[in-house]
Amino acid sequence: MSDRLQALGRSGLQVFERLGRGHLFLLHVLSGFAHLIPRPQLLIQQVFAVGVLSLLIILISGLFVGMVLGLQGYNTLVDFGAEESLGVMVALSLVRELGPVVAALLYAGRAGSALTAEIGLMKATEQLSSMEMMAVDPVKRVIAPRFFAGFISMPLLAAIFSAVGIFGGFLVGVGLLGVDEGAFWSQMQAKVDVYDDIQNGVIKSLVFGLVVTWIALFEGYDATPTSAGVSRATTRTVVHSAFAVLGLDFLLTALMFGEV
Amino acid sequence: MMSAMEQTLSHNPDTLVKVRGLRFAQGDRWIFDGIDLDIPRGKVTAIMGPSGTGKTTLLRLIGGQIKPHAGSIQVDGQEVSRLSRRELFALRKKMGMLFQSGALLTDLSVFDNVAFPLREHTRLSESMIRDLVLMKLQSVGLRGARDLMPSQLSGGMARRVALARSIALDPTMIMYDEPFTGQDPISMGALVQLIRLLNDALGLTSIIVSHDVKETAAIADYIYVLSGGKVMDQGTPEELNRSDSQWVLQFMHGLPDGPVPFHYKARPYFADLMEGK
Repeated sequence: MSDRLQALGRSGLQVFERLGRGHLFLLHVLSGFAHLIPRPQLLIQQVFAVGVLSLLIILISGLFVGMVLGLQGYNTLVDFGAEESLGVMVALSLVRELGPVVAALLYAGRAGSALTAEIGLMKATEQLSSMEMMAVDPVKRVIAPRFFAGFISMPLLAAIFSAVGIFGGFLVGVGLLGVDEGAFWSQMQAKVDVYDDIQNGVIKSLVFGLVVTWIALFEGYDATPTSAGVSRATTRTVVHSAFAVLGLDFLLTALMFGEV
Repeated sequence: MMSAMEQTLSHNPDTLVKVRGLRFAQGDRWIFDGIDLDIPRGKVTAIMGPSGTGKTTLLRLIGGQIKPHAGSIQVDGQEVSRLSRRELFALRKKMGMLFQSGALLTDLSVFDNVAFPLREHTRLSESMIRDLVLMKLQSVGLRGARDLMPSQLSGGMARRVALARSIALDPTMIMYDEPFTGQDPISMGALVQLIRLLNDALGLTSIIVSHDVKETAAIADYIYVLSGGKVMDQGTPEELNRSDSQWVLQFMHGLPDGPVPFHYKARPYFADLMEGK
């Protein structure tokens, strides 16, 4: 019995210790911003690796999610004779929820796992250690550019996801199912609010970008430097990111749209 | 505990690295249990011992990547474990370290790897950096390989590039972590010669951590043999070859059995076999 209690206490302490280390790590990374100002090319390279290379999966997924929304939404709305609101429904679902959330989940799978594996392998092959011995702080030189690149890329990816999704909904709704084109766009224009909907979506994607990139980089930096350790860290990145994104999404939604 | 005054007075200018009473534990195991070492300036000093005696850990301790549990490590008169991060980084600019794997940055070419410390720490113009990098690469014989990526290099070449990188900032000392492990005879020969040549030509102080007795003894001025957390013996290669410790003789001559038994500690053979019924 006391053994079990001990084990429980120990694992609890480990969890909190890791949380603490994670936050110190974040502070260290944030302090690396000053290091980036004189060398923007470090950041641009990473925006390319993290953001631009994730575009394809974001575009394709966005299109299909929008098309499915169009189909499903039409089938429900048509029962009430409200199929003209399809545009609003597709746009609000995407801008408020699916854009930031699904884009963040895809980003965690595509870019987050790659970041963890990259940093974990750099640690396993002593590249981070060798930088330290060359008096270069690897957190500032390697981690910080990736972190800020993720922070910049995520809202852009979410916006692109939503835009392509709306186009997908339009293709299905207007092109395939015969919803009136004018009603589709004009209702959307009338009902989607810049502050309530779009701005809140952007805030969500900023938060998700920060959290997912942070998790991915910390997992890599904290990984056991073996092949098994890196593989475990990569898995954890995807799983923890998904939990964090979905949990935070609920929290943010409750804060933003709770009073409605 | 000596006062700061006494420490300064007792600092011998011919000794670059001074280790006193070093104790370091990993988990419950004492890796070092009271070690004293002196690394003289301008010489090649080897630290040898069987695998798992913490030789690499010693280099990390000297480089300040980890802190000792007790004892003192002074590099150039500075107590490494008490330096601030900034002071430590300033000290590290004077130290090169060659990792066992080479630890080249895999997303940069050979040229950019050697240029990396120069670009990070100096404001030299690109043309000046180019000249310096080519000179460093020339000294390890790889000027022609400057456009290759690390994945295209053989193990020996990667280590030579890493060597060029670690001398890029003209350090006062270089630490080699197992430089000879896994090298074919030709690149081994090249490395052995390079380490000695660079040490003498650039006026470096070299510390080699290795268990390749023959190669290390060929170029080392002085050898410390570590085992079980202690310094077992020390001296010039000739002195160690004539050591009166059976253990050191076994190590130096690579004998399979001796004070270090061939068999891992186990129960009696017969009893063990009989139990399998």
